[in-house]
Amino acid sequence: MLKESKGIRLEHISKIYQDPKTGKDFKAVDDANLVIEPGSFVTLLGPSGCGKTTTLRMIAGFESPDEGEIYLGDQPINELTPNKRDTAMVFQSYALFPHYNVFDNVAYGLKLRKMDKKVIHDKVMEILDLVELSGMEGRMTNQLSGGQQQRVALARALVVEPSVLLFDEPLSNLDAKLRVSMRTEIRNIQQRVGITAVYVTHDQSEAMALSDQIIIMNKGVVSQIGTPQEIYYHPADEFVADFIGEANFLRGKLVRKDGEKGVLSIDNHDVEVDDIGNFEVGSDCTVVLRPEAALLAPEGQLPCKVVMSCFMGEYQNYHVMVGDTLVKITDFNPKHKRIYRVGEEAFVKFDTCDVHII
Amino acid sequence: MAAQSKSAKLDRKKLFSDPVMVGMISVLLIFLVLFIVYPLFVLLIDSVYTEGKLTLSVFQRVLSMQRFRTAFSNTLVLGLLTGILSTAIGLLFAYVDVYVKIKNKAVGKLFNVVSLLPVVSPPFVLSLSTIMLFGRSGIITRSLLHIYDSNVYGLKGIVVVQTLTFFPVCYLMLKGLLKNIDPSLEEAARDIGASRMKVFTTVTLPLLLPGLGNAFLVTFIESVADFANPMLIGGDYDTLATTIYLQVTGSYDSTGAAAMSVVLLSLTLILFFIQKYYLERKTAATLTGKASRARMLIEDKSVTIPLTVICCLVALFVIIMYIMIPFGALFKLWGRDYSLTFKWFDYLFKYSGLKAFKDSFLLSVIAAPITALLSMVISYLVVKKKFKSKGFIEFVSMLAMAVPGTVLGIGYIRGYANGIFHTGVLSGIYGTGIILVIVFIVRSLPVGTRSGISALRQIDKSIEESAYDLGAGSGRVFTTVTLPLIKDSFFSGLVTSFVRSITAISAIILLVTPQFLLITCQINEFAEKGYYGVACAYATILIAIVYLSVLLMNLFIRFFGTSKKIKEEK
Repeated sequence: MLKESKGIRLEHISKIYQDPKTGKDFKAVDDANLVIEPGSFVTLLGPSGCGKTTTLRMIAGFESPDEGEIYLGDQPINELTPNKRDTAMVFQSYALFPHYNVFDNVAYGLKLRKMDKKVIHDKVMEILDLVELSGMEGRMTNQLSGGQQQRVALARALVVEPSVLLFDEPLSNLDAKLRVSMRTEIRNIQQRVGITAVYVTHDQSEAMALSDQIIIMNKGVVSQIGTPQEIYYHPADEFVADFIGEANFLRGKLVRKDGEKGVLSIDNHDVEVDDIGNFEVGSDCTVVLRPEAALLAPEGQLPCKVVMSCFMGEYQNYHVMVGDTLVKITDFNPKHKRIYRVGEEAFVKFDTCDVHII
Repeated sequence: MAAQSKSAKLDRKKLFSDPVMVGMISVLLIFLVLFIVYPLFVLLIDSVYTEGKLTLSVFQRVLSMQRFRTAFSNTLVLGLLTGILSTAIGLLFAYVDVYVKIKNKAVGKLFNVVSLLPVVSPPFVLSLSTIMLFGRSGIITRSLLHIYDSNVYGLKGIVVVQTLTFFPVCYLMLKGLLKNIDPSLEEAARDIGASRMKVFTTVTLPLLLPGLGNAFLVTFIESVADFANPMLIGGDYDTLATTIYLQVTGSYDSTGAAAMSVVLLSLTLILFFIQKYYLERKTAATLTGKASRARMLIEDKSVTIPLTVICCLVALFVIIMYIMIPFGALFKLWGRDYSLTFKWFDYLFKYSGLKAFKDSFLLSVIAAPITALLSMVISYLVVKKKFKSKGFIEFVSMLAMAVPGTVLGIGYIRGYANGIFHTGVLSGIYGTGIILVIVFIVRSLPVGTRSGISALRQIDKSIEESAYDLGAGSGRVFTTVTLPLIKDSFFSGLVTSFVRSITAISAIILLVTPQFLLITCQINEFAEKGYYGVACAYATILIAIVYLSVLLMNLFIRFFGTSKKIKEEK
């Protein structure tokens, strides 16, 4: 696409709603500050009710913020109606016009821009080719499968060459397999076109697969912004660690510090850690240990007792008790490994670089 | 709350940057204030403000009139009887329709016809045929039973006619509710050991109770507001609606009529608010969602046969009453000479019948598209938009539903005969076709709005949002997306308002001037004079027109309707 894509900036954005039952105000979005770089693919991720969709709808213009300012490029857009904003949205329900065929659906935005018929035709055909729907232009939308409908919705948004493309959980109505292939396709198309994309989802694997940056939201507040790796390996807090993937939380105390390295005391056992961040000696901290980063072994850092052992095919699933704390461990490709049974004693073993302290 | 106002301010700014929206809202507000709020307000002013003073003297005068007091109690008795009977018969029909297995297809058709009748039925029709069946020259009373002094006029006549007119409305309302009762509730009761009757009285009926109350009140309001039937078959049983009319046309006391109108209006409004804001909500609360699966229909012959037979008899009776009308127009002299003749039709066309049809048709054809468009715009704003005066617009257009035609008519007389607030402004429209068209619009608006709202609620909000997002302004979204998607509803609204207009009488009869002849007024006039043949001839042609429009509507929806097109290609 020829047009330059633009970034988005949210400065101190808050949105207040009234609870219809109690009449009390609550902040759906609370002082959100975001910078979305031009051409990047950014995901707003969080549980339902975290304010991600509200944020997206404020960018589109369907909702108005109560505080702060939204910029598209360098232009403040708070006062612009959705039709005056250079954004295009792909909706969860596809929102295709049921009374138009595929061609007219995609051409809708172009016709509004009063383009020449020939130009419209060429652009629509080009974009349908891009989403691999060539030859379907004469069909009514209800003759298409879910995946095809979603492609039409994508084409309809792309064809008007917006500065920013917005996605509101666009894949949640598709079956699991299709979801995986569609998300690859969305990512490919976005890369090829080079457009800025803001994507709302509650599905963490979708966010991982698609994004340059993930914005984690919880209860209206932005919890963390980072690349998928940053978010996964260095979660900012327990919520993020728990929301993205599975996590074990072990409570401990920092007893020694040597530059970046340090030693923690967990359940009265010393555990070496590569990166202790900004913690001072004597302070309480929580160790985040991913289930796949730990193993059960005859020797290791923490003694434990197995309370559940379950074969899942690709991995052996263990629940073990470290003192009073339940720790989950997934041991991949267990075929030739020793399998621990319920009641056995063992050690939890992990690399000193695989734990993260919060 | 300072923060709250910022998003509200932004929303408002966005709204005002859309000239089409601002235009639509302003036009609507002006229309609703001028033609619904203002005339009712004038009635209130008129009845408490005389010779520059606030006083209740007009009310005192009216309340001391024996005629008024009788009319008031008559109205209540009538509403009560009609309400109870209509709800009961409606419940019977709904129950048989939803719970009883009917194998015979003709019976299903019969039910269909009955549910359609209130849509196509002009007023008077049932009164006319009741008189022709049971009146002094009635075909049943005089010719079959040889009763020569039969008197159908009065309370019993009105109750019968109104019940037969209004019960289909109850039937349709209750049918929808019964369908929403989850069959597993009743099966659970049955399973524990309750008999079918016990299940009905302890499960079905309690669940339905708010719905029954709702149906009763809706009928009560309709009955109380009804003008045409009491006028024709009421004899000396005067109701408020007819008394108000006589007060204006007979006693030339329009301030007295205004005070009476305020009483009638208060009555219907109170009932309307109970119905709308209490019972309707309660109904929605007890009967939520859809039934989990299909109901096992009752096949027990000891239940099905008597219930079906009763319903069929009622339905057949109603249909016979409609068939009476064309016969009434074709017989030489009802009750005496049953030889066929076209003389009534000849008479009709000789004495300005053609003009009546032309005038009625023309005014209705002008009113219908305006009504349909206005009601769609109102529903669109109410369902899809957020703005300050939305509550007012919704409220006033619903309010119009509770205003009896007679009251509206008096309001227009008081409000426009000398211009707005007697200033002469807009007095030009009084006595012209314009005010008649406006009355048609106001009278049909609530019905169109209601069906528009339910049609719009079914459209996923994001379909319009996506058009908006792609760059279409509100006007464009409405014409390219919303309107095409509710084309069926729009067209049926068009026909419904045409039908309602061409069959309207209550407000119109007070406002019509000699330069316009309207079919309904003609029917009233001839029936009053006892010229039943001519009245029937008019009514026959009117029914034909109405029936044809409905037919046309169904054809249109079949071939050009959006939903059909989408469905077919599935």
